[in-house]
Amino acid sequence: MTWETVIGLEVHVQLATKSKLFSATSTAFGSEPNTQASAIDLAMPGTLPVANEEPFRYAIMFGLAIGAEIGKESVFERKNYFYPDLPKGYQTTQLAKPIVGAGEVEITLEDGSTKSIRIHHAHLEEDAGKSMHEDFHGMSGIDLNRAGTPLIEIVSEPDLRSAEEAVAFAKKLHSLVTSLGICDGEMSQGSMRFDVNISVHKPGTPFGTRTETKNLNSFKFMEEAIEMEVDRQIEELESGGVIDQETRLYDGDKRTAKTMRKKADENDYRYFPCPDLLPVVFDDAYVDAIKAAMPELPEARAARFKEEYQLSDYDADILSADAATSAYFEQLVKTSNDAKQSANWIMGELSAKLNAEEKSIKDSPVTAEQLGGVISRTQDGTISSKIAKQVFEALWDGKGTSADEIIESQGLKQVSDTGALEKMADEVIANSAKQVENYRNADPDKRPKMLGYFVGQIMKASKGQANPQAINKILIEKLNALL
Amino acid sequence: MDSSEIQKLANLAMIEIDDSQVSEVAARISDVLALVDQLQAADTDNVTPMAHPLDTVQRLRSDEVNEPNRREAFQAIAPESENGLYLVPKVIDAG
Repeated sequence: MTWETVIGLEVHVQLATKSKLFSATSTAFGSEPNTQASAIDLAMPGTLPVANEEPFRYAIMFGLAIGAEIGKESVFERKNYFYPDLPKGYQTTQLAKPIVGAGEVEITLEDGSTKSIRIHHAHLEEDAGKSMHEDFHGMSGIDLNRAGTPLIEIVSEPDLRSAEEAVAFAKKLHSLVTSLGICDGEMSQGSMRFDVNISVHKPGTPFGTRTETKNLNSFKFMEEAIEMEVDRQIEELESGGVIDQETRLYDGDKRTAKTMRKKADENDYRYFPCPDLLPVVFDDAYVDAIKAAMPELPEARAARFKEEYQLSDYDADILSADAATSAYFEQLVKTSNDAKQSANWIMGELSAKLNAEEKSIKDSPVTAEQLGGVISRTQDGTISSKIAKQVFEALWDGKGTSADEIIESQGLKQVSDTGALEKMADEVIANSAKQVENYRNADPDKRPKMLGYFVGQIMKASKGQANPQAINKILIEKLNALL
Repeated sequence: MDSSEIQKLANLAMIEIDDSQVSEVAARISDVLALVDQLQAADTDNVTPMAHPLDTVQRLRSDEVNEPNRREAFQAIAPESENGLYLVPKVIDAG
C-alpha cells in the first residue's frame, strides 16, 4: 500500500489596515527602520494597548466568507516567549475564544474536481518585528516597524492530501482575502506566510508523526518544501526509522531544509488571558451590517464574468481569482470593448511579462487603458496583431504614453492602401517565377497553403505592416489570373 | 515543585534562581498552587467563565495613524543602535 500525505496549514495574513492592532502607528511597508515603532510597539513601561476596530471588521469579513461562526465575544491572550523582535516578551493573540470559528473553503484542483477543506478557526494577533543577523559586527539588528501589525492566523484541519491541494488551498485563501480587500496579497512583502504541518501514513491507519515547516512565503517554496519533506519522511520510514516531531526550516533559495528545533525544546508559551484587554463584543446587528456590505467574492465574480462577458469557465476562473487581476480585466474591457481579446492579452502577453520581471499586475508598467488602446487599434485595422505586440513592448518600456502615440512616432500603421499593396504583390510575383510555377501546377486544394510564401515575402517587404487580409485577397486575384 | 521544575520555570521566565534560593521559591510557588487547588474546589458548573475581572467590554478606536516618528528619542536611550536599527546580542531562532 502506498503512503498517504496528510497536510494542515497555518496561514498568517497581514491585514491591510492603516494603523497597527494596538497602537495608532502606521503599518506602511518599506519605511526606514523603526520610524513606525511607537512607545506601545516598543513596549515602553507604562504603555497600554489601544485596540483598532478595523482588524476585527476584516476578520469578521473573512469569517463570513468561509461560512464560519463569528466569535461574538473574543478574548486576547498572552503567548509568552523571549525574542529580541518581540519587545513585550509576549505576543498578544487569541486562543480559547477566537474571532472566527470553524468554517469551510472549497478548492478546485487541476483536473477540475473540487474538495472542501475545513477551517478549524482563525484568530487575530499581532506580528513581530524583524531581526537581521548579517553585517552588525556579531550583533543582531532589530527593526520594529512590523511589530504590532494586525494578522489573522487561519488554521486548517489536516484535510489536505498533497502539495497540489495545499497550493490550491493557499491560492484560494489569497484569492479570498484580496477579493475581500482585507490583505494586499503581496507575497514578496510577507503579506501571507505559511506554516505547513506534514505527516505520512498508510490509509486506514492512524496519522503519522508530523513535522512543521515554518514561514514559507511563496506558493512555489511551499510546494517544494512539502514535496521534499514528504520524500524525506517516506525514505526515513521505509528504511526503518521514525519521524521526530520537530520544527523545520526550508531555504527556498538553496532548496534545502533543516531541523530548527526538536519537540523536547519546543517553547512552553504559558498562555493566559491578557489583563490589559477586555473582551471584545459584537452584537448581531454589527455582524449583519458587515454581511450586507460584503464585496463580491471570487465564485460570484467568475459567474458574473461568464454571464456578462461570455468568457469560458477557464478564462473566468483565472481572471476572477485575484482582485487586482479582475479589476484590470474589467477596466481593460471598458477601453477595448472586446472581452475575449482582453482575456487573451492578460493571460498571454501581460502575464508572461509580469512573471518574467516578477511584478504584480498592480504594478504593471502598461495600464489597462494603454493596453485597451492597443486592442482597439488592432480591431480597427490600424495595426496587425504582430505589430500590436511591438506596441505593447514599447509601452512596457515607457517609450510612449499611449498606443496611438507609439504607432504614430514609430510609423507602425498597417498598410491597407490597395495601390501600395498591389505594387508589392506584383514585385513579389515577378521575382518568384519558380514559386508561381509551382502554384500553377499545384492541386487547387493545396494552393491556399502555398499562398503563405507570397504573404511572407510581402510582410517582409513591408516590415510587417501590410494588412494580411488585404494581401491575401490581392494575391489570390493576381495568382489566379495567371492560371 | 522540585528543583528541576523550578529551574525550568526560571529558564522560561529568563530569571536566574540561585541553588540556595530554590527551596524557598519552591515552597512559595507550592503555596500559590495550593491556593489555586482551593479555588478549583469551588463549584462553577453554572458560572460563565470570565475573561476579565471587570464586567465591561473593550472600546475600540478608529483606524487612524496619529503616532509620530520618535525614533531619535527612543534610540537615544537604547544601549546600542546603528543605521536606525536597535542592536542586540546575536540570537538566531526563527520564532
